[in-house]
Amino acid sequence: MAYPADFRYTKEHEWIKVEGNTATIGITHHAQDSLGDIVFVDLPKPGTEVAAHKSFGSVESVKAVSELFAPASGTVTEVNSALADSPEQINKDAHGAWMIKITLKDPGEVNSLLSAADYEKYVAEESAK
Amino acid sequence: MSASGATTTLRKTALNAVHRRLGAKMVDFGGWDMPVEYSGLIAEHMAVRTGVGLFDVSHMGDILIMGKQALDAVQYISMNDASKLQVGQAHYSALLYPEGTFVDDVIVHKLGENDYLLVINAGTREKDWNWVRQNVARFNCHAKDVGDYYTQLAIQGPKAVNVVQKLTDVDLSTIKNYWFKHGTVCGIPNTMVARTGYTGEDGFEIYVPSDVPTSERVWNEVMAAGQEFGIIPCGLGARNTLRLESKMALYSHEISEAINVFEAGLDRYAKFTPEKGDFIGRAALEKAQAAGIKRALVGLEMIERGIGRDGYKVFDTAGNEIGYITSGSPAPFLKKNIALAYVPPHFSALDTIVNVDIRGQMVKAKVVPTPFYKRPKKTA
Repeated sequence: MAYPADFRYTKEHEWIKVEGNTATIGITHHAQDSLGDIVFVDLPKPGTEVAAHKSFGSVESVKAVSELFAPASGTVTEVNSALADSPEQINKDAHGAWMIKITLKDPGEVNSLLSAADYEKYVAEESAK
Repeated sequence: MSASGATTTLRKTALNAVHRRLGAKMVDFGGWDMPVEYSGLIAEHMAVRTGVGLFDVSHMGDILIMGKQALDAVQYISMNDASKLQVGQAHYSALLYPEGTFVDDVIVHKLGENDYLLVINAGTREKDWNWVRQNVARFNCHAKDVGDYYTQLAIQGPKAVNVVQKLTDVDLSTIKNYWFKHGTVCGIPNTMVARTGYTGEDGFEIYVPSDVPTSERVWNEVMAAGQEFGIIPCGLGARNTLRLESKMALYSHEISEAINVFEAGLDRYAKFTPEKGDFIGRAALEKAQAAGIKRALVGLEMIERGIGRDGYKVFDTAGNEIGYITSGSPAPFLKKNIALAYVPPHFSALDTIVNVDIRGQMVKAKVVPTPFYKRPKKTA
């Protein structure tokens, strides 16, 4: 699986795509693969403040719950409400099935996140453990 | 999300390499390196409900009890009445502590007049074996741990009979539910074929020698025979959701050393007749029956958005904590979020509304009839 080069990644397996002041957030292909069949997502409402490295919701597969951590701080402007009825979209296309869009508090914050190459390396190391 | 751990100390079944070649996700289950899923839990669950699936359940333990007083020994260490079994018949039972709580649940098979096979859980193999060995010592019989002798495969689903029939000379239509026969399977003579399982579906469990070449050959032959019926390998993830939909107990969840037979609702498998005679736990259970139970196992269905999971607390609508979930999960076939929970008996009436604490949020659920899923009766 190719990890898009224009995304940044967290060690908790979220991705973020920045366009100017706004950013789109989802979970990575590796995350959906580890979770298995996703059946439930719990996402914040528009207007909610999210803080970098803090939980903003959860995603559940049949067998497990996983918290979602915000890659950057900001205010939620849009939620992918289609995921409520068809969370399996995340399994099918994790990098397309975005979860929330936010207005970034500090666009510079994402610079500390992993690049696609670094994330891929990180995942490979994790899997080898 | 990174579930890494030392895998070197885990026990492996003879099919471990097969699971890894198939790309299964492996987990530590009771000290065993086992496949949790292959193609995906939901697909595997649905295959068993609508077609057929193949499970490696070789991690299960097996104990033989043989000899003149084998029946007396089995009667003393288990709660069901084994004197009712005919040769070729099996039943659900349990090994109990003197307190009437669970050492483990077991399937007792009557292999011959003085010959019984107990199939026990993987995580409790050592504990069960020690417990059985000690408690049968007073009888004129011999107990033997034969858990490592067999590769146990479960072929489960409405099409399981079609698949297994292609591989054996045993006429499967003559084996009723919870009965078994011996015959040639995949060319191996004197192989046990039991119409048992842990999925709530029709199906068979076969016991073949546990050497790697034989185990792999049989696995491959079952997969090949099942191809026309859409067979897929299934992992412990689907095994868990299948047994939960069917309300089958799982050790350390619904049953444990702290839960008695009446609380678990398994008293129909405990026999208190004079013919049954004394068994470990009987006196305590009779007392418990007279005293009444303080908690009961109920089925819950989430009626608000959320999934109640193992260990989550249950509250009444006034906010008082009343119990906890023993097993909770999305039910892939029923497409509902279901759970089993211990609550005081006065909350066990159908349609009673309770709240489940889902990571700090109260989410409504109601008491529903169990089993959540019951397989359709054969119409043919």
